[in-house]
Amino acid sequence: MADTLLSLRGLTKAYPGVVANDDVSFDIRVGEIHALLGENGAGKSTLVKMIYGLVKPDRGDMTLGGAPYVPGEPKAARASGVSMVFQHFSLFEALSVAENVALGMENPPKTRDLARQIREVSETYGLPLDPFRVVGTLSAGERQRVEIIRCLLQNPRLLIMDEPTSVLTPQEVEILFATLRKLSSEGTAILYISHKLEEIRSLCDHATILRLGKKVATCTPAESTARELGELMVGSSFAAPVARAHASGAVLLEVQNLSLPAPGAFGTPLRDISFSVKAGEVLGLGGVAGNGQDELLAALSGERLSPPGSVTLKGEDVSRAGPMSRRDAGLLSAPEERLGHAAAPAMSLIENGVLTAARREGLVSRGFVNWGKARKFAQSVITAFDVRTPSPMAAAGALSGGNLQKFVIGREILQRPDVLVVNQPTWGVDAAAAAAIRQALLDLAAKGAAIIVISQDLDELMEVSDRFGALNEGRLSPLRPVSELNMEQIGLMMGGAHDMEVAHVA
Amino acid sequence: MIRLERRPQPSRAWTALTPVLAVLLTMVVGGIMFALLGKPPLEAIRIIFWDPLFHPQFAAYSRPQLLVKAGPLILIAIGLSLGFRAGIWNIGAEGQYIMGAICGAGMGLAFYPTTSPLIFPAMVMAGALGGWAWAMIPAVLKVRFGTNEILVSLMLVYVAEALLASVSQKLLRNPEGMGFPGSRNFKQFPAAHNAEIFANSGMHWGVIAAFVAVIFAYVLLTRHIQGFNIRLTGEAPRAARFSGVSPARIIFLCLGFGGALAGAAGLFEVSGPAGQITIDFNSGYGFTAIIVAFLGRLHPVGILLAGLLMALTYIGGELAQLMLGLPGASIQLFQGMLLFFLLATDVFTNFRLRFGKTEVT
Repeated sequence: MADTLLSLRGLTKAYPGVVANDDVSFDIRVGEIHALLGENGAGKSTLVKMIYGLVKPDRGDMTLGGAPYVPGEPKAARASGVSMVFQHFSLFEALSVAENVALGMENPPKTRDLARQIREVSETYGLPLDPFRVVGTLSAGERQRVEIIRCLLQNPRLLIMDEPTSVLTPQEVEILFATLRKLSSEGTAILYISHKLEEIRSLCDHATILRLGKKVATCTPAESTARELGELMVGSSFAAPVARAHASGAVLLEVQNLSLPAPGAFGTPLRDISFSVKAGEVLGLGGVAGNGQDELLAALSGERLSPPGSVTLKGEDVSRAGPMSRRDAGLLSAPEERLGHAAAPAMSLIENGVLTAARREGLVSRGFVNWGKARKFAQSVITAFDVRTPSPMAAAGALSGGNLQKFVIGREILQRPDVLVVNQPTWGVDAAAAAAIRQALLDLAAKGAAIIVISQDLDELMEVSDRFGALNEGRLSPLRPVSELNMEQIGLMMGGAHDMEVAHVA
Repeated sequence: MIRLERRPQPSRAWTALTPVLAVLLTMVVGGIMFALLGKPPLEAIRIIFWDPLFHPQFAAYSRPQLLVKAGPLILIAIGLSLGFRAGIWNIGAEGQYIMGAICGAGMGLAFYPTTSPLIFPAMVMAGALGGWAWAMIPAVLKVRFGTNEILVSLMLVYVAEALLASVSQKLLRNPEGMGFPGSRNFKQFPAAHNAEIFANSGMHWGVIAAFVAVIFAYVLLTRHIQGFNIRLTGEAPRAARFSGVSPARIIFLCLGFGGALAGAAGLFEVSGPAGQITIDFNSGYGFTAIIVAFLGRLHPVGILLAGLLMALTYIGGELAQLMLGLPGASIQLFQGMLLFFLLATDVFTNFRLRFGKTEVT
């Protein structure tokens, strides 16, 4: 077990204006589960892209099993026994599982033989999957299994997994971990990328921590606390959100028996959703991606109208009101997709401020936009939320994901909403900024706003919410106070293990 | 290896530079084409771009023609550019132009030979309404049934042409025209004639309307919330919906504007420079205006300049046919090159060239 499988020496990769990786060296042993830890932008993706042959290093070299390893393209990496499961799946929704797997192979066998192989691998590793199901009908967890099986069919020596648990329920995570441990015991090394510290402590043998492109440490996570790992990752301790007094007032938003058909072929219908949020309260809605989060946000923001009486704001029925009238009435929202939905990529931050704040901030009078005022508003969001941008004239698409997210959330918070609905408020945002956004949401609630946080990050929901509910196939579970919940209950609320079973570790 | 790399944001310098570069490339390649046709290339280019304005003999005739030709092109292109900005592709301005001319001319001829000063304004209104109504057909079909406005508006051009042929032979035919197809000539109907405002300037009411439309579109797009909504819809349709912009409203607004301006342009043309409704009175302004809109970067001021440039190549092209015997098709090819090179150089506003070894990312 002590043999080195992959050794990285002095890997450096610079992009215009930023050094993504600076002299990174570490070893991965045969059969170990090695964590790669770091904040967004720390250089994890670039590093694994170099290992997988997607990016060529400027300097430095790698050896695999003692021999020099210079993958020119992913094909070469796969031939050497290095496979990767990406965070974003590359599957064709209209094709079957077997067809998708065949597309990734150099010389695919006949579909029938391939289906048999898929069944064999899926049974060995406890990843049940029907080779003839159409991918469009699979859940996110099942799609991940397709990707994993696709890799396992090539008998890899090293399996790279990029944030695999972000789309899974806690039960599904346990099953995945069992599979990974079994693989590891059979001698397959796993490079596991994540920023979820508890996961890494329970799963990984070693961890390499990156910060701003440099390796900070390689350590044994089981012997460190999550706090120590976190501080290595961030470089300093950051303020955790302050707990607050629970003063809940009148019901501000009430949703009653809200049902809506699916918006498209692969959308999720909303089924009989009912809940209410009070002033000063934060309601956390969890759930695996694609279980109705986007559809619920659209029904609340007013992008999709719902049957009369289903959405009531401060006692007024707003079910048939569009986004503008709902904003006028104090119901604001921030969708998950930043580029193209929450913001227009090619337009400036000033213009993106006008996008939602036109009426509430008085940026428009008699139909004419007051660009001076709009500029001041954009500037105030930039200042208040520490958005890193050369100027408010910069195009939204030119900002990094985290900075744009700060702008999008800040834009709504600064408009002093009565009810705020946010979807994935800290997705892709670094830890310090995420803490700032959560604090801003809590501050807003303390001032008497009702807040709905839709998120796939359970830690985040536990941190900010008063009550918790989970979306599963467009249905909402009963809401429970967060103080009464543990992870297992949350997992069951999210829909359990979606028919998965633990690997039969021999 | 040469490869294209996406710019973080569109380059402002290139946005301004590409039209100039496109004109220069058109001159070079066009010159080569003229040379291959056995004509002196430099002289041909001089005749197209210089002589219409400064030739001692012809300029007196061709200079006013510049405004006569540029007026309708600019007016139509401004209307189309609003739709193009919002991602609504009205290709049928030619049909809306014809319908505007028919409706406006019909309104005027109905009052022949009275002399009320209200006749001409009423004709302008009728012309704009006719174009608007013709554009509402693709708009309603798109909003109601999700049809493609490109196909519907384009097909309606041929319907409009058939209608034009019909009315010039039947409904609007000059009763004193000895049975020839074509309406009465508005030059003999002073109350309805769109005459030059200053003699020999080429400036008629359509040109004034074009300038007003340029200013109006500029203010709309840069200052008004509806202009902002139009741009937003084009840039990011989902963000526009999130903002609260109704897609149906933008479709009606943009197609309506485009149709009304094209219709008004048709009326100004038929009651002025053309003088009468004839079977082939339309001369492709509605299609050329699409080129003008893109040549002007869908920006009102750009369209103003592009309209003048396009008019220049029209007049210069005619002059070159006359003086050098260049085939008419070669002039059309020359104008086509202008759009071709504009679209080709346009790549550099969003991408930059990189030389060096390739890298997989």
